[in-house]
Amino acid sequence: MAVETIEGSFAIAKTVSRCEPGVVACYPITPSTHIAEDLDKLYADGELKSYVAVESEFAAMSVLVGGSAAGARTFTTTSGQGLALMHEVVMAAAGMRLPIVACVANRALSAPLNIWNDHQDSISERDSGWIQLFCESNQEAVDTIPQAFKIAESAMIPVMVCVDGFYLTHAVEQIEVPEKEMIAQYLPKFNPKIKLDAAAPLSLGVYAAPEHYQDFREDLSKDFEASNAAIERYAEEWSGITRRSYGNGRWEEYKTDDAERVLIAMGSVCGNIKVAVDELRKNGEKVGLLRIKSYRPFPYDIVRILRNKQEIGVFEKDLSFGAKAPLFSEVALSVRDWRMRVSSFIGGLGGKDVTVEHAKYMFTKMKEGAEVTEFIK
Amino acid sequence: MKIPYAQPGTATANKTGDWRSKKPVVNKPACIKCGNCERFCPDGAAEVKPDGAEINYDFCKGCGICANECPVKCIAMVEEEKK
Amino acid sequence: MPENELFTPGHTACAGCGAAIALRMVMKALGPDTIIVNATGCSEIFTSKYPQSAWRVPYIHCLFENAAPVAAGVAKALEVSGNDHTKVVVIAGDGATYDIGFGCLSGALERNDNILYICYDNEAYMNTGVQRSGATPFGTNTTTSQVGSKIHGKTEWKKPILDIVAAHHIPYAASTTIAYFADLDRKVKKAAAMKGARFINIHAPCVPGWGYDPALSVKLSKLAVETGMWKMCEIEDGKETISVPPKMTPVVEYFKLQKRFKHLTPEEIEVIQKKINAVWGKQ
Repeated sequence: MAVETIEGSFAIAKTVSRCEPGVVACYPITPSTHIAEDLDKLYADGELKSYVAVESEFAAMSVLVGGSAAGARTFTTTSGQGLALMHEVVMAAAGMRLPIVACVANRALSAPLNIWNDHQDSISERDSGWIQLFCESNQEAVDTIPQAFKIAESAMIPVMVCVDGFYLTHAVEQIEVPEKEMIAQYLPKFNPKIKLDAAAPLSLGVYAAPEHYQDFREDLSKDFEASNAAIERYAEEWSGITRRSYGNGRWEEYKTDDAERVLIAMGSVCGNIKVAVDELRKNGEKVGLLRIKSYRPFPYDIVRILRNKQEIGVFEKDLSFGAKAPLFSEVALSVRDWRMRVSSFIGGLGGKDVTVEHAKYMFTKMKEGAEVTEFIK
Repeated sequence: MKIPYAQPGTATANKTGDWRSKKPVVNKPACIKCGNCERFCPDGAAEVKPDGAEINYDFCKGCGICANECPVKCIAMVEEEKK
Repeated sequence: MPENELFTPGHTACAGCGAAIALRMVMKALGPDTIIVNATGCSEIFTSKYPQSAWRVPYIHCLFENAAPVAAGVAKALEVSGNDHTKVVVIAGDGATYDIGFGCLSGALERNDNILYICYDNEAYMNTGVQRSGATPFGTNTTTSQVGSKIHGKTEWKKPILDIVAAHHIPYAASTTIAYFADLDRKVKKAAAMKGARFINIHAPCVPGWGYDPALSVKLSKLAVETGMWKMCEIEDGKETISVPPKMTPVVEYFKLQKRFKHLTPEEIEVIQKKINAVWGKQ
């Protein structure tokens, strides 16, 4: 594999095209726009089978429902308001068990209008029945795309690959974009048993009255739990091919073994947190980072890493008005039997920078030994 | 894995003939086999046979369109017997 | 007999349902090499309740307002897999077509997506209890255009959907009714044999929504055409061809058979009659 100097968006688009989706439909919205545009250029150059330039994000996801139901591998990209507009179809796609893959270039939600990065868009879909994988780097993003298709198509659950808008999408860096042959050996052809086929007619998306509806939801819930194993297995398989790994596919531990204080976070901010960890360790502070990659399904088994720590802090770029923050809530639940102090830090909203200094601040704050909830300024 | 789908044509298990309060009765000798009843029935419950139109009472809901559209008025709507 | 029907008996449409008649006729014209994409509404609810389905062709329902893009996705998947023969057909009511799905419909038409979009128009949101839609005629009594002491039914005119659709310069746009079965059959077969975005609007009376004796569904469709209230035509290459010219039977003959119009005063009927006359260039 050759290393290229390439914009994150283009690397993602190239990787998608090498996974050979049958139906791609995108509506441009900052900061996922470059991915959408790059996919169209690949289509214009004969490297993508289709590109439907739809009239809205809602239409994009709807086109993919039809394409996926008719047996095609499908992909779209969006951000912020676009994902919010897709919400109705996002929920339907999961309920219909369609293995659609979407790359969400995370962006803040209106109002006020803001095109910059935070996680509120994806977090607001956490109940939808989509698997949600958050990437720290562009290299991880291109490595996650083939995994996303494989996980989706084996579990028949749609997958959202989340990358921080601008920080990743618009960063030009050295990335090894997976070769077509590598992907071909890893990702089997999509061949669903249940699909729209005149030779074997079925009625998909029928409505379910009270005596049946809950059965479908329970079943999806059960299959969702089971997908944890698939996520780990397919991550390991891909690592075997690329010789790169990012933890176990569900989370990554960075110097947590002997850490007394652990900060938990998702996405590209973890890069800065890792730098803070290294700098504080130079001064003898025993700190570490637990990066969550799979937000859904949530890895409650991180408790085995956290249970003997002195302080836990959760940093996130999202919130839930009137309640504890989404990532914090899951972490607090996972350690509930251990009566630990878990602090909640919210920041980076609407693209507000979260620096190495901010990360150090959070570790220092945790040293005070009180459970806090605060916004990082 | 439960995917919300249904097998084709399984609605035929649902005998909507139960809905009727009136039922169409065809005077077969008078039937000119024009096909109107077969074409216009919302439920596919009328079929033109060699000896005249025949009603499938398993599914006929008793709407009366067949009787209304018959050009020779050979279909009469009569009260359904009480069960 | 049920074995031959691609749209089987056993569905739970009301007795005399105009939409059910339309769907039966449409499926006879289309044949088995068809994928149906259905919008939420009467047709979806009365044909596909788990675990039953009245469809003997592949069928998909997703949401209320996205039948057009879902169909576009199905068509695209067929195209990339080298299938150039299976027809992709939308079945949607006027609610999904004129209103909530209007934006997506326009997008599909603008892209000339290879789909045949068939709307059954019963002129209100019937499935949810007869609320007004953009397709509801002027003056109609519906649950959200009620007749009260100050307002006397719907105050807006019916959205000219066929003109709007045809203005996208798609290969084929047409309107028909369940009463003229040969016309409906011909138009569906003609459209099905073409490529690109095609649209057919079918007048489909609704027994409970319009308020009439179920036996009159076909007769009402005929009257709609004879009075000029429903234009039967085809639009190809920007040229409109009238399929059945109206006899100009007074509209009151159509109104008096339906409860949804019974509140109309002679003056209001005259306003409507004048409008219809103007549409057809009559005095």
